[in-house]
Order: sequence, then C-alpha cells, then structure tokens
Amino acid sequence: MQRSDTIAAVATAMAGSGIGVIRISGEEAFAIAEKVFRPAKKDKVLHEQETYTIHYGKIMDGEEILDEVIVLLMKGPHSYTAEDTVEIDCHGGVYVVKRILELVLRKGARAAEPGEFTKRAFLNGRIDLSQAEAVMDVIQAKNEYALKSSIRQLRGSVRDRIRRIREQVLYEIAFIESALDDPEHISLEGYPKRLKEKIKELTEQTEALLKNADEGRILREGIRTVIIGKPNAGKSSLLNVLAGEERAIVTDIAGTTRDTLEEQIKLRGLILHMIDTAGIRKTEDVVEQIGVERAKGSIPDADLVLYVVDSSTSLDENDREIMSLLKEQKVIVLLNKTDLPMVTTPEMVEKVFSRPSVCISAKEETGFDQFSQMVEEMFLKGAVSYDEEMHLTNIRHRISMEKAAESLEKVMESIRLGMPEDFYSIDLMDAYESLGTIIGESAGEDLIQEIFSKFCVGK
Amino acid sequence: MPFVEEYVDAVVVGAGHAGCEAALACARLGLVTVIFTVSVDSIALMPCNPNIGGSSKGHLVRELDALGGEMGKVIDRTFIQSKMLNVSKGPAVHSLRAQADKAEYSRAMRMVLENTKGLQIVQAEVTEILAEEGQVTGVRLYSGAVYHAKTVILCTGTYLKARCIYGDVSNFTGPNGLQAANHLTDSLKKLGIEMYRFKTGTPARIDGRTVDFEKMEEQKGDQKIIPFSFTTDPKTVQIDQVSCWLTYTNEKTHEIIRENLDRSPLYSGAIEGTGPRYCPSIEDKVVRFADKNRHQVFIEPEGRYTNEMYVGGMSSSLPEDVQHAMYHSVPGLEHAKIVRNAYAIEYDCINPQQLYPTLEFKKIRGLFSGGQFNGSSGYEEAACQGLVAGINASMEVLGKKQIIIDRSQGYIGVLIDDLVTKENHEPYRMMTSRAEYRLLLRQDNADQRLTPLGYEAGLISEERYQALLHKIEQIRQEKERLEKTMVGANSSVQAFLKNHNSTELRTAVSLAEILRRPEMTYAYLKEIDKDCPDLPEDVAEQAEIDIKYDGYIRRQLKQVEQFRKLEQKRIPEDLDYEKIPSLRLEAVQKLKLCKPISIGQASRISGVSPADLSVLLVYLEQRKRQERKP
Repeated sequence: MQRSDTIAAVATAMAGSGIGVIRISGEEAFAIAEKVFRPAKKDKVLHEQETYTIHYGKIMDGEEILDEVIVLLMKGPHSYTAEDTVEIDCHGGVYVVKRILELVLRKGARAAEPGEFTKRAFLNGRIDLSQAEAVMDVIQAKNEYALKSSIRQLRGSVRDRIRRIREQVLYEIAFIESALDDPEHISLEGYPKRLKEKIKELTEQTEALLKNADEGRILREGIRTVIIGKPNAGKSSLLNVLAGEERAIVTDIAGTTRDTLEEQIKLRGLILHMIDTAGIRKTEDVVEQIGVERAKGSIPDADLVLYVVDSSTSLDENDREIMSLLKEQKVIVLLNKTDLPMVTTPEMVEKVFSRPSVCISAKEETGFDQFSQMVEEMFLKGAVSYDEEMHLTNIRHRISMEKAAESLEKVMESIRLGMPEDFYSIDLMDAYESLGTIIGESAGEDLIQEIFSKFCVGK
Repeated sequence: MPFVEEYVDAVVVGAGHAGCEAALACARLGLVTVIFTVSVDSIALMPCNPNIGGSSKGHLVRELDALGGEMGKVIDRTFIQSKMLNVSKGPAVHSLRAQADKAEYSRAMRMVLENTKGLQIVQAEVTEILAEEGQVTGVRLYSGAVYHAKTVILCTGTYLKARCIYGDVSNFTGPNGLQAANHLTDSLKKLGIEMYRFKTGTPARIDGRTVDFEKMEEQKGDQKIIPFSFTTDPKTVQIDQVSCWLTYTNEKTHEIIRENLDRSPLYSGAIEGTGPRYCPSIEDKVVRFADKNRHQVFIEPEGRYTNEMYVGGMSSSLPEDVQHAMYHSVPGLEHAKIVRNAYAIEYDCINPQQLYPTLEFKKIRGLFSGGQFNGSSGYEEAACQGLVAGINASMEVLGKKQIIIDRSQGYIGVLIDDLVTKENHEPYRMMTSRAEYRLLLRQDNADQRLTPLGYEAGLISEERYQALLHKIEQIRQEKERLEKTMVGANSSVQAFLKNHNSTELRTAVSLAEILRRPEMTYAYLKEIDKDCPDLPEDVAEQAEIDIKYDGYIRRQLKQVEQFRKLEQKRIPEDLDYEKIPSLRLEAVQKLKLCKPISIGQASRISGVSPADLSVLLVYLEQRKRQERKP
C-alpha cells in the first residue's frame, strides 16, 4: 500500500442531527485518536485493542472536555479505505462536531478532500475490478454527455457565460500572439488601450458571476449572520433562543463570550449561519481585547448583522463605535430586554442609525415572530436573488473564478505599468485556464481528484 | 556480384543542416560515423533564404549552441549582417537574426565536418534502409555497397522524390537543380513507414547590379553585434556589415498575380503537396490578405563575393513570364535581371507521429530522423532535430540514457513535441506563439537551460561547463546584493529618481525594489549604486531580467509546475489501449498511433479529450496498485 497521510472528515451531515461521526483514516489514525481521546478505563491504549471494537470515553482539548463519545476501531486492511480507521461518534450538534474535527486536524490529520475516502478505497484495491469498472462507466457517461453531467452543479446558462468570457480571453491571446509572429500584417498599435476596455468588460462579467456565486453560497451554507453588541446586551441569550439549546455560556457577568461561537439555525426555510461574538467595548483585559478584535473582524464578511442593544440602558460611546463599524452592512437592530423598563426606544435608535429595528426579549422569548418576518422579507424579497440558474455553487468553481478575476486584474496592472504586449499573454493564459477548469475544458492535473470528488465526503 | 561492405557505428543520410549536426554529434560522442550526401559540394547548403535565426528561430540556434551544436559557431564566422529583432518588446521575444554569406557558411561547415575525428564524408545516394526484426542494421547504396551500422539517422531534407515547379515547368530535381533521391521512399514504405508529401518554395534571385536601391529603404545591421554562440567572444564579431533593402509590392503587383492565378500550379492543382501557411508564397498572401494593398519585400545579399540577391517575401511558383512582370512591378526592381527563377518544390517526408520524442522510430529500433524529412521547414528547425537525433542515436549505441527536452525547457522541446504529438499537415515552422513558457525560454538564458544537458550528453567540455557554473553563481550573488542593498530617501537618490521620471521614495528600499519599476534599468541604477561590481555584460543582463520580471517569471514557473505534473505521469510502453474499458474508439486509435510517453503528451493529441484522460489516469493508477500487491 502506498504511504499516505492521515485524513479526517465529518462523515455525517453537518446539521443538527442526533449523532455526529468524525472519521479518521491513514497510518496515524490511531496515534491521533489517542491524542484526543481519554478512555473511561484509564489504562486502555487504543492501538493495542482488537479491530472492530468500540470504546467509551471523552474527547479532551487539553483539559477541556469537548464531548462524551464512543470510538470505533478498524485496522487496515479491514476498513472501507483499507487503512487504519477510527470513527468518533459524538453528540450531533454542529458546534461540537466542528470542534472535534478541528482538534483532530490540529493533532496531525489533514482535512479530507471531497470523496477522498472512496478514492483511497479504490486506490488501495479495496473496491474490486467490477466496482472500479462501474466507476469507469460513470466516467464513460461523462464522455458521452460531454460536459453536461460532469458539471451537474453548473447550469447551462452559467456555463455559456463562462465559455463566452473564455472565448473572448482566447481571442485576445490569439491576437497578441499573431501580432508577435506576423508584425508585418498585424499591428499592436493602440492595442493596450483597446485591451484595457475589453478587460474591464470581462472583469465586470466575472464579478457578476462571483456576486451570484456568493448568493449561491448563501443558499447552500446559509446567511452569514453576525451578532454584534455591547457586552451583556444579550447576544448569547439571543443565539440560545434561536438555536433552542443552551449553547453559548450565558451569565450576568459582562464579557463572558470571549471568542466567537458559530451555530446554524433554520428560520422560516432560510438557513442562518449564526456567529456569536464577544461584546464590543473598550477594555484593558488582553483576552477580552482579542475577542473584541475578532468580533470586529467578522463584520465585513457578514451577509446580515444582528445588532443587539440593551434597551434598559442608554446608548453610549461604545454604541456609537459599533454603529460606525456597521455603516456598510445590512443590519437589523434588536432592542433586547424589553421585559425591563425601556430607556432606549426604537425612535431614539433610528435617529442616529437608520436601520430597521425590532423589540424583543430573549428572556421571555417575545418579538421573535416579527424578527423572523423581517429576515424573511429581507432575504426573500429582492435583496437576494433566488434564480438558481446563475449560481456558481461549487467552491472549487468559485475559487477558479476568483483566480480568473485575479489574473485579469494582473493584465490590467501590466497595461498600467506599460509592460510590452507579450507579457499580457502570461496572465491572460492563466485566466483562460482557470475558466476552463470550471467548465471542464481544461485538463488540469487534478483529474483523478475531480472524478472522485463526485462522491460525498466520508463515504 | 561482389560489392563494397563496410562496418560503422552510425550512418547519417543527408548533409544538410540536420545531417551535419547529427553526424557531428555522433562522431564527437565517439561513434564511427559516415555521412552520405548526393553532392559533397552541397554540404550545409542554404537553398532558400540567406539568413540564420529570426523571430523564435534565433532562440533555436542559441539553444542548439547551448547543447553543443555547430550552427551558431559557423554563422558567427560567416555572417555579413546581424540584428537583434523585437528589442522594443519584452526580453522573451528578442531574437537574433544574421545574414549569412551562403557560400562561406557551407564551406565553413564542410571544413568542420572534414576535420572531425571519426567522421567520414561519402558522396552517394542511399537507396535502402536495412532492418531485421524491428532493428536497423545498415543502409544500401545505389552502387550496391552495404554499410552495416548500429544506428541510422535520416536527414534527407527535400530530396526524396523531389520535384521543382514553376508554371507548367517541372523538373524532377532537388533544390538548386541538385540530384533528387528517388529510391529511398519505397524502401521506407516497405518498412511500414507512413509518408506525406509536402511543398515549399523560394523566391527569385536577382542581379544586384540591376537593382535601383535609391527607391528602397536601407536596412542596416546593429551597431553592437551579439554573437549566436555562447562560446564566441563578442569582440570577434564586430565586423563591417552589408545592408539589406526594403521595398514593397503594390496594387499593380497584386493585379498581375491575381490575373495569372489560374496559371499557378498551386491553384491549378498541379501541386499536390501541402504548403506552409506561415511561410506563404506571394500569390498566397495576395489571396489571403486581399485587403492589404502592399506587402514587404526585402532584398538581401547572398554573400560578399556575389552580386546575387534574394527577394525576401516574394516566393512563388508562377510561370516565368508572370514572375518577370511581377518582380518588375516592385519599386527598385523595374529593371532587375533574374538570375534564378522562383520555384516551388515538392518532396516526400514522414508523418512524424511515428517518432518518439527522442526522434527514434517507434517501429524500428536504432532508426532516427531529423529535419525537413520530419515535416518541418527551416534551417534552424532542421539543425536542432539533427542534433537531438544525433545525441540520442549515440546514447542508444553507447547504452546511455537518451535525452528529451520538454516544452518548459526549450523551443527545441516545443518543436519536437509538436512534431511527434500533434497532427501536422503542412511544413512545420517554429513560431514564438507555439511556446507556452516564453518568458522562461529566452534566447539570453539558453545556456543556463540547456548546457547542463549538453554536458551530461558529452558534447560540452568541462571547461565550458565550469564557466557556466561560475556565471550562474555570479548572477546569484548579484541578485542577492541588489535585494540586500538598501538605499535611503536621501536627496541624491530622490534627485536620481526624479531625473528618471520615477516616484520619489518615502522610506528606504532595496536596489532591487527600484529596479523593478518599469522605467528603471540596471544601467541607470549605477548612478546611485556606488558599490556595483564590474560584472560581465551577460551576468548583469541576467540579474536585471530576473529581478525586473520577477513576478511574471514566478507566475510562469507556476504554470510550468502544473505542466510538469502531467508530464511526469508516465505511460508504460506496453500499454494495450484496447483493453482499457470505457475508452472511446477514437481515443484508442489516436493513442495507439501516437504511443504517448506521458499523460501530458497524451493530453496534447488532437482527438483525445479531458474525459479520455480521466479514464486513462484511473486505469493507470489501478494498474499501479495491482502491480504493487504481492
């Protein structure tokens, strides 16, 4: 068997299911499991155990208990991948599963590529010839239906748009090249200016696709929702109400949430990818400062910001700072703690910060219907397009598109710097190739990877 | 009947530019070598244009020289004008071109051959290739003589069943009226080799005394001449140069051509061979670029000791009377006397997909080929293939590893890969656009790219190799110095920057940082770089280019990295494509014919799709796994 590194991935759906499975496969699988797993029976050593046995214990991040789990041991070649494999079965919350995976990765495993477990199974001869032939039949189908099935995620219109951009890039490359080879008949005079216009046009098109790609991400991964506010405004309580579980640690002491917490919730058919953050205030506490910085850092990437205000206190300079941080963002102001006497009213907020606001009480769980409706209106009407036709939902595709856009930007830079024309084609070629990998017209080096990425992670 | 019988190591058939390089390489690598030519007086003949190099071809000559070839050295001794082309563009497309004294060039190359140990020149026509069980064993001559050999290199150029044509005049001769080789084709066909028929052409030669140069623009050589060979001392090539002349065709010329197109053998169907699109005849240009009202015509001397001049840009196969009218319509050529007519030439060559990238026939071990016989055109393209064929034939006889130059290592790699991989239906001409990694494949760094390979093969002396290593180290040190030397934002630096229209500094930066500014040059930098060492020009040039284009070079290197991944995925020679389930029939056929050595090469075969490659990759990976199992 080929020496290969150890990979890990979450084998169950990343959703609030009852159980979560983290699968580790490779030579170091047992060693890595031993680093994170504290067996209930103290002197138990995993690698000394029989294959196909189950063990109870805790997953420890240093001295912190992440979860109670059972681990399943499978020694190679008697496992799906034919490598040593450990499965950690934990409680299914997204947050816990993620933390355990992160821990395993920190301890030396590498995040598995999509389909990598299946790929290993195949390459290690675990899947026999007839099964392998079935795989090839899949590929054959790809042959016959050309690009159609190989890029299933991608609908025709997007492909056509990318192809059109690509054709235009190719035209420019061809023009430069032929001018280099036949200067007598093809002149480059005034060309940089013309190319600049063309690149501008192409960049607009790639940007449009990328913007849609972002919306595609919203559909798939959820609306990136960041909860912001002063310490003790009730941000974590809000998250807990929305998640319906005690997830974030809630106390009355301001500044309890020192890091960001993430949670996925469903709200009227929309998925909100919630990020709880540390309260923003001026602080001398070094650890808290880090949390504050992180909170600020999460703002620019947010699709939606929930700004939680404690309505029982008055607005202060910390609020003014937060408002200035949110200038560019889509924001809903949540006036929390309406169970207490109101000091700050919606009208007072609106005067200084013109965004929609809702009065809620996380404690008494009131006002959430109105809030849900507001989110729904914001994302189902206009703000986000649901025309699936135009979405680049595949991450690999999005990355390729970003690369193409970067290459086009480099061409612009070359033109700005007054580089000789023959330099343009280097980056134009890169853009052409990147676009080609999206629509399957470039033979990249990652062909096998591409074939096996058709399988879902962990299977 | 008794006949002459000899035993040698290597036989080279043909003594043109490919044959000369092939034979020299074999003999220099220790093989007892015989080179056959239909005429000893036509060794290294330049039957077409009187120049060596030019856009992208200059790169080829420099690479050939870096590997230990001869062409660069010979042209450095026999050129009469030299020019670096495209200097207004980036360093990747700078290309050297020299006007040759044709007779001198041939004579000088012949002398090199004559004085090479272990090399024998024989004037005879080879009529048969001898092979047993897929291994070449020698050649038979027209006289019946047999030369037994371990390896045979075919460099027959345009001589196989050659026919020269203009109008309805047709001569069964090679170029310049030389004897054609009419028998070898049949022998090759019997060995199962697939033949093509190609066509090329040349313009008229005129009497320089009858040209009115007053009506033309003078084209002078460069002030400072850069030699082709890395071994030539630049001081020895600063000679008095001769001029070329530029004039143009006009509407009248085009009218004459258009009116007589029906008499052109190209358009009447009398020529069946396929001509080069990239080296078109004047009638081709008039038809294809119908909107152009003039085309360039270069009048170039054929040598110092002749009045003959070459009419560059007006090759043709029109009838003699049309040629006269056409040439006379060009300003300056009104009274020109034609010494030799323009003509087209048709000849047999092979489908080069029958060759490995080593230039050995897949079907016949020990049989190699190079030059126009492989379907290329041009002296430089021929010489490069001859050299590679010569080296690899020698490596095979010596039991050493053969060399393959890939597309990221040189234009030679691009040339050979294109020939043996892609479908080629016309004479192949090297062009800048064919090279993907141009910025890395510059004419100025050919020695760094390829001399180590030539040294490994045994064609580069220890002394030359050490000199290269020294040069590389000097470049490295100078780059490091420029990166590390900081200059502050003091008044003299600011004044310097202002003087060169460059933005003033706000903080201290390295010299390299300043050099990266588009408006800056290494030469300017000396004004503020007081500790600049006195380096050889080529060292300074390399340091400057490497630093200046650093970002672009790095991006190109990344492209190469991607490319290499597929090149390194080797395909076993014994792979039976028919046994691969799910591979499309078209792909099976193409792959069977081409027998690519790597997935990379397979990806460049037309008719093999990315999906076919996936099937192939999966199959290979699976096979590898099974073999590894006990």
